[in-house]
Amino acid sequence: MRRQVLMLTLLSAAAGANLSAADLTPHVTAIKAVGAEGAGNEAAGAAVRELSKEPASSLPALLAAFDGASPHAANYLRGAVEAIADRAAAQKQALPLKDIEAFVLDRARDPRARRLGYELLLNVDADVEGRIIPGMLLDPSPDFRRDAVERFVKAAKETPEANKSEAVALWKQALSGATDADQVKSIATELKKLGEKVDLVGHFGFLTQWKIVGPFDNRGLIGFAKSYPPEEKLDFAAKYEGQTGEVAWSDVKTEDEFGLLDIAKAVSPYKGAVMYLAADFVSDKDRAVEFRLGTPNAWKVWLNGEPLFGRDEYHRGMAIDQYRVKVALRQGPNQILIKLCQNEQTEDWAQRYQLQFRVCESSGIAVAPVVAARDINRTTVTVQAGGAE
Amino acid sequence: MKTLTLSLRNGLRRLFPAVCGVLIPLTLTGGDWRQFRGTDISGVSTEAPVPSKWNVKDGENVAWVAELPGRGLSSPIIVGDKVLLTASSGYRQDRLQTLCFDRKTGAKLWERTVWATGRTMCHEKMCVATPTPASDGQRVFSFYSSNDVVCLDLDGNLLWTRGLTSDFPNASNSLGMSSSPVVVDETLVVQVENDADSFATGLDVKTGRSRWKKTRPKRANWTSPVILTEESGRTLALLQSSAGMEAVDPMTGETAWEFTNGASTIPSSVVSGQSVFVPSNGLTVLKSGSEKKPEVLWSDNRLAPGTASPIIVSNKVFILNRAGVVNCADALTGSALWKLRLTGPHSATPIGAGSLLVFINEDGKAQVVDTAKPEGEIVGESDFGETILATPSVADGELFVRSDGHLWKIAAKK
Repeated sequence: MRRQVLMLTLLSAAAGANLSAADLTPHVTAIKAVGAEGAGNEAAGAAVRELSKEPASSLPALLAAFDGASPHAANYLRGAVEAIADRAAAQKQALPLKDIEAFVLDRARDPRARRLGYELLLNVDADVEGRIIPGMLLDPSPDFRRDAVERFVKAAKETPEANKSEAVALWKQALSGATDADQVKSIATELKKLGEKVDLVGHFGFLTQWKIVGPFDNRGLIGFAKSYPPEEKLDFAAKYEGQTGEVAWSDVKTEDEFGLLDIAKAVSPYKGAVMYLAADFVSDKDRAVEFRLGTPNAWKVWLNGEPLFGRDEYHRGMAIDQYRVKVALRQGPNQILIKLCQNEQTEDWAQRYQLQFRVCESSGIAVAPVVAARDINRTTVTVQAGGAE
Repeated sequence: MKTLTLSLRNGLRRLFPAVCGVLIPLTLTGGDWRQFRGTDISGVSTEAPVPSKWNVKDGENVAWVAELPGRGLSSPIIVGDKVLLTASSGYRQDRLQTLCFDRKTGAKLWERTVWATGRTMCHEKMCVATPTPASDGQRVFSFYSSNDVVCLDLDGNLLWTRGLTSDFPNASNSLGMSSSPVVVDETLVVQVENDADSFATGLDVKTGRSRWKKTRPKRANWTSPVILTEESGRTLALLQSSAGMEAVDPMTGETAWEFTNGASTIPSSVVSGQSVFVPSNGLTVLKSGSEKKPEVLWSDNRLAPGTASPIIVSNKVFILNRAGVVNCADALTGSALWKLRLTGPHSATPIGAGSLLVFINEDGKAQVVDTAKPEGEIVGESDFGETILATPSVADGELFVRSDGHLWKIAAKK
């Protein structure tokens, strides 16, 4: 609480706001207290009503209050910001533009609040895009990066053919900030046309080498809930009684540039089956990352023996970053285990048995292992440089 | 502003079937259209006829058109002098908007946005703003495929929000969710049904907290609940699924009765009087009773709807099948009356205004059918020139149609 008061006081002072931090803090605290299943909704709604009465000068402080807010609380805060901004527009009140812009440019602030502040500026300042967005290419906010990438793409497209090296440099710059699949694909296509090699596996942080074992039985959909031996202990020398006889771990690797591992093609088009995949990820430090999966199959994932999440859904589509799982990696080796289940549907569209898996920051920027291309049974490893392309 | 309280509406609903003894469309006057397929979810307005033809290029019978900031398959709803609808935008479809327009002029009165807290992945034909919002006349409840529920007052002030996927992380569908919530008295009934964590819940309209939550069949389901008010005065929320139909008390979630012969997971049911027309084994008509199982009045496997839900006008049931053929049958007996081929394909459910049914296909072509003609007849065709998947709304002779980019009000000059 003390910290929040101090933060708001400093911000209000910096912003030249009329109100004191104490005016905002009880309401912000009530909003940040919203919990699961509607807990705290009445207090948060009442707080929004009170905050919505604040003058436009309170906007920088209110945007600052997004720091540390849950997604749910951020939506309440947004409701107050929008109400204040609407009233200011209707009453032709000036917004504290300089302070909002300073807030937007502060990368340490909440990305949602920064983007909201930027959109407030856009409504009244036609030049803000050209002033701010070019510097956002490596911003933590995916929305800012997307806009910045678009500007570099436009510049690259407008570069005369004779200036190939300039075009290549612009395309590479665009790629450096891109994490949305549509942008990455189109930029990679252009770079390839210009004779450049593009490492999309490294760019996204896809894991492409796995140990795999199976099939185990999933006929009648019994396999998702059933715990087979790899869930109890990972022993890559072990052999197990599988669905069709004895099964053992083997290596599987995909060369797909988007990291798509096609079990139906690379191993076998099993039906009513469970396969386990394991990989090691060596982290340079303790860090929060996201596992992002794409699969049309039911799945579960464990990290260092701890179950993280599972989803019992088949053939409802597949996309890059279809699922996001927040995880805490520890420094050194981290063991990832995936259970991938195929059902027995016979339709043409229900035959895919695939996985796409990457490790990235919450911003979508890849997190590379300090050790890549490592066979998890080996004692010697190949060390590569870390960091995203 | 012509509005009736819900309790008065319920009272009238209870009275009419008992007095007349025949199937009567439950639509009441009042000029509002407060949820998917109308306040009473019949899809029919008897207030005034809508134009049978219009022209969005030269403005014939087009009262106004408004630009929209995002995609949407949700229907507009009408509350007094306001038109409200939802949209979703952004590369990740994670900006969830509620928009309010002046019913008379089309001027945008306000816009509110929240960030999605649940998954936003959808089939490319769908988007996150697929469920239609609902209103109790004082508040609007916007619901999205991400399972975010946003409650605003009619001036756009945020009252509460819920993130049902953040509360229940496996409650999602990678193809998208489309079930539209309904308001029953003080409860917002929401179906969140999918392959992984399937449930229905009744939210307190004042707080957003769950009055009840119950496990539902674990299978993807895109249908919307409907409301049945029995002759006894008991009001039930009817929850359709692949398993059939479950009638629940909207205040407690307690099951009143179940129909277990299966039902479609795309077109929704419609209620007319005491009869429930369920897309099940073609079309099956149920009558609620005191038993734990409803009585089956009739069933016909030739009356299977495609994507659009059935609609009842003047004791006739109309089914738009997958081939784009409208099948008209006697609603009391199921006897076939006539067929009429339309130009498809259709995603939107037709709506009724007087004897007219308005069908809009996915290419934005509207076909208005006069059901009073002996064999049904297309009496007007108009082209919006844009993809339209959303079901239109109608009140007081005013037709509201939305695409991803525009909202039109179609009305004759008064």
